[in-house]
This record gives sequence, C-alpha cells and structure tokens, in this order.
Amino acid sequence: MPHEQLLLRRLRGRPSAGLVFSYVFIIIVAAFCLFPFLWMVIGATNVSKDVSMGKLSLGMALFDNFANLNKLVNLPLVFRNTAFVTLVGTFFTLLVASMAGYGFEMYRNRHRERLYAFLLLTMMIPFAAVMIPLFRIFAKVQLLNSFIAVILPSVASVIVIFYFRQSTKSFSRELVEAARIDGLSELQAFFYIYVPSMKSTYAAAAIIVFMSYWNSFLWPLIVLQTNDKKLLTLAISSLSSSYTPDFGVIMLFIILATSPTLVIFFAMQRQFVAGMLGAGK
Amino acid sequence: MKTIRQSGLVRHHSTAGFHRSTGWMFVSFALILVGVFSIYPVISSFLLSFQTGRGAVYHFNGLGNIQRLLKDTVFLQALKNTFVYFIFQVPIMIILALTIASVLNNPKLKFRGFFRIAIFLPCVTSLVAYSVLFKSMFALDGLVNRMLLAINVVAEPIPWLLDPFWAKVLIIIALTWRWTGYNMMFYLSAMQNISPSYYEAARIDGANAFQQFRYITVPLLKPVILFTSVMSTIGTLQLFDESMNITGGGPANATITISHYIYNVLFRFTPNFGYAATISYVIVFLVAILAFVQFKLTGDDHAA
Repeated sequence: MPHEQLLLRRLRGRPSAGLVFSYVFIIIVAAFCLFPFLWMVIGATNVSKDVSMGKLSLGMALFDNFANLNKLVNLPLVFRNTAFVTLVGTFFTLLVASMAGYGFEMYRNRHRERLYAFLLLTMMIPFAAVMIPLFRIFAKVQLLNSFIAVILPSVASVIVIFYFRQSTKSFSRELVEAARIDGLSELQAFFYIYVPSMKSTYAAAAIIVFMSYWNSFLWPLIVLQTNDKKLLTLAISSLSSSYTPDFGVIMLFIILATSPTLVIFFAMQRQFVAGMLGAGK
Repeated sequence: MKTIRQSGLVRHHSTAGFHRSTGWMFVSFALILVGVFSIYPVISSFLLSFQTGRGAVYHFNGLGNIQRLLKDTVFLQALKNTFVYFIFQVPIMIILALTIASVLNNPKLKFRGFFRIAIFLPCVTSLVAYSVLFKSMFALDGLVNRMLLAINVVAEPIPWLLDPFWAKVLIIIALTWRWTGYNMMFYLSAMQNISPSYYEAARIDGANAFQQFRYITVPLLKPVILFTSVMSTIGTLQLFDESMNITGGGPANATITISHYIYNVLFRFTPNFGYAATISYVIVFLVAILAFVQFKLTGDDHAA
C-alpha cells in the first residue's frame, strides 16, 4: 500500500523537496546579486544623508543630485576623455591582437611557436611588477599625463591575441588561398577576407577590451595627473574619498558611468559572455 | 620580382619565403609592444629591486631592500591580509559558484535564463563603481546594519569600516559578490558538456543529488576548477581597486593589499622606486609559486 502511494505521488508530478530547495536557494542568491543595483537607483534619488542612513525608498533629490554632480565634475569632459581612451584603445588593441593571432595561426613556423609560448607565459606577469618601469619609461619620453600613456601598454593584450588565435583555428584557409589566386596581397586578404568573416569574434573581443579600458583604474591613476585628463573611474574614486562624500551624487554618477556597459551587456549578451569566457577555453 | 613570379617553378619557392616574412609582419607589432611594455619592464623591475634611492638617483643596494622588507610591518600586514583574502575568499566563492552552477544546470528549474543573467550581472560593474557602492551600503549607521538590526541578527551595529576584522569580512563579501557569477559561468558551460547518461547511471545506482555532485560533477570539472582557482588566486594577489576604494586600506592598514602598498610607496610617501620594485617581485614570486602548487595538487589528484 505505501508503495502505491509513493507511485501515485510521483505520477502527480509534485515538485521534489530538492527542487523546492533549489528555488529557494537560487532566488536568495539572485536577490543578493541584484540588490546593489536597486540600491544604486534608490540612492541616486536621495540626499546624501538618507543614503548613508540606509533609506530604502525613492526620494525626490534626483535633479538636485544631477545639478550637484555637474558642479563637482565636468561631466562632458570626463565622458569625452573616457570615450576617447576606450574607443581608440579598443580599435588598436583589436587591430594589433587580431593581426598577431592571425599571423601566429596562419603562418606557423617553429620560431614563432616558441615566441607564442613565451608570449602566453607573459600573461602571468602581475601588473604591479611592470608599472614602476612603465611609469619611468613614460616619464623619460615626457608622455606622462597623456592618453597615449594610458592606452599603449595594453594594446598588445596577450589574452586577446590568444582569443583570436583560437578562433582563427575555425577559419577556413581556402578563403585566403582563393584570395591569393585572385591576386590579393597577404594584407588585403587579411583585411578584406578574414576581418569581415570573423565579425562575431571581433564583437566578443571588442566587448571585453571595451570594458577593460572603460573600467581601468590603477594605471590611469598613476599616469594621469591633471583634472583635464580625468577618466570616469578616477572621478568616481576621488568623489568617494573626499572628506564628506555626497553619496546621492555618487550613486547617480555610478549609474551614468555603468550604463554604457549595461546597455552593451543587455544588447549583446551572448557575445559578452562568450568574450568573458573566451580566454578560458 | 615580376620575372620570378611568372615562372611557375620558382614561384612556389618564392611564396614560401614570402610567407615567412609575412608571418613576421603580422605578429611584429604585438611582439614589439609586448617587448617594450612587458618584458623590458619586468626585467628592469628586477634590476631596480636591488637598488635604492630617491627621485632620479639610484645606487646598488644588494639585498638591502629585502632586509628592509622583512622588517617592514606594513608590508607584512599587507602580505597577511592578502593571504586572508586568498584562504577564505577564493574557496567560499568557488564552492558557491559550483553550487549555483549545478542548481542552474537542472533542466527542471524554470526561469534559468533569468537567474543566470541576474547572478552574472555584478561582473558588468567596474571595480571602482561596485567598491564605492559597497562602501555606501556598509556605513556604521548605513543600510546593511539597519537591516541586520531590524531582523535581530545583531544587537549593535557592526563597525564594518572601523574594525580590522569586519573590514576584512567586508572586502571578502564584496569580492564574492563581484566574482561568483563570473566563475559560475565557467562551471555552467563545462557542466553542459557532461553527458546526462552519467547522472542517469548514478541515479539508477541510488546516488542522491549531493553524491552526484561530489562524484560526477566535481571530478569532471577539475580542469575548469583548477583554471578558475589559479585565475582567482592571481587576481587576489593583485587586488587594488577594492582596498583603495572600499576601506582605503584601513583601519590602520588592516585591509591594505600588496599592490595598494606599492602604490603608497610610489606616490604617497617619498617615492622609492627600488623598494617598490622589490615589493612587486614578492607578487611575481607568489603568483609563480601558487600557480605551480595548484597545478601540482590537481595533477597528483588526477593520477591517483
């Protein structure tokens, strides 16, 4: 008899205790992950005192916060600087890294394989170990406080080279052979055949590289010195480390600074995740 | 050139040579840049670590910097903090990420896409932005304390930013929030490659969900777990943004990281590039050793 009851219960499709537990667990985790975003939005509408007191309802201070933010930070300048560094940096990183990934994969030879293995090893070098000489290099050539100094050291990103080489393995060599027969030079074959056919690889890589420039902090903090060169991360950090940080203003600022990456994330979720995980496969 | 190309026989030979140089052309920009901005600096840093001085004048100091390092209480504190983050934060995060991934891998669970995105979303924020966000939530009379008081978990507000112990806990909470979803994505995509037949066989043998997780999922994911632990370890050793922006390294250097201390030696105190380089080489060695140890550990396990 108890056996039949058990069978009946299973047939009715009642969710198992395990599944219920799974739902409870995953809902709690998701709530923890999402809550700070909600907090950020609420905070942006409240005055600083309410934010630091933990007020959890929308306030009326959004426009005041925006006006104050404009007084404290030259928003157009900071956004322009960050966009410049990010776009120029992303462009050159994709160019240099995809050429290298393509070169290593399409024109294999013994010496380059060895150099490639060595290149992968350099990924392990911590940034702290290079930043001091880097600072001195740029001081010597008088390029401190320039965007070139911010961008140049990360243009040859080994992880992006690796990503392009891995993706090039699935690129069909016949396309390039055909291009050669049609009389295209090797460079033309790269730009007219390879680049257009690897759009999704470029998209995924672009997202990651974009993020890393947009969010970079330590190196810009070291090389950029004047207010007219401020980037978003530097401006946020200096606002929050002032003696009396205005948290309502800061929350609004963080929303503005994070929104481009959020938009990219929601518009191109698949490439975003692919790019983030790309290096691990 | 034209004549060589026109003759079919020589042409093959010439394109091979041509391709060799073309290959170098494609990789040369990257190689030069890595040479100038990575390899030269890492060597230069090594040489610098045996020198001392101020401003622009440096002289050879032998192992003087290392002697100074061993007596430097702030450095030792930074080293200790880094180990605390590494020993507690990395395992907590990896176990949590594995658990979340295996829950999300259950096809019976609904809204999996939504949960996946929600848990991954913290990765979209910049390190500076989320650090400041956490700082604002964990003030003494702030949101988190108010909530904890309201549900009677604590009798008095926790001094998150003022107490050496709680400040470390705060950094660990923040890091876990930011990076769990990232690691979870790796596990999830690896789990999707595990054949369901393994689980079916285990169920027939009477294995419960935990046993399946322990004896099928974890062993098969070992390479990914290894990879993410190495990445997280290296990340932990290089922490900067959080220490700088959540706690400012305080109270009394209780949360300062090695990178943060290097920054202070370089730009907050009288700059001493030589000594800063010595400290940075501690990170280099720790990264090398820990990566090696972790590889060794999982390798042996695999063989057994």
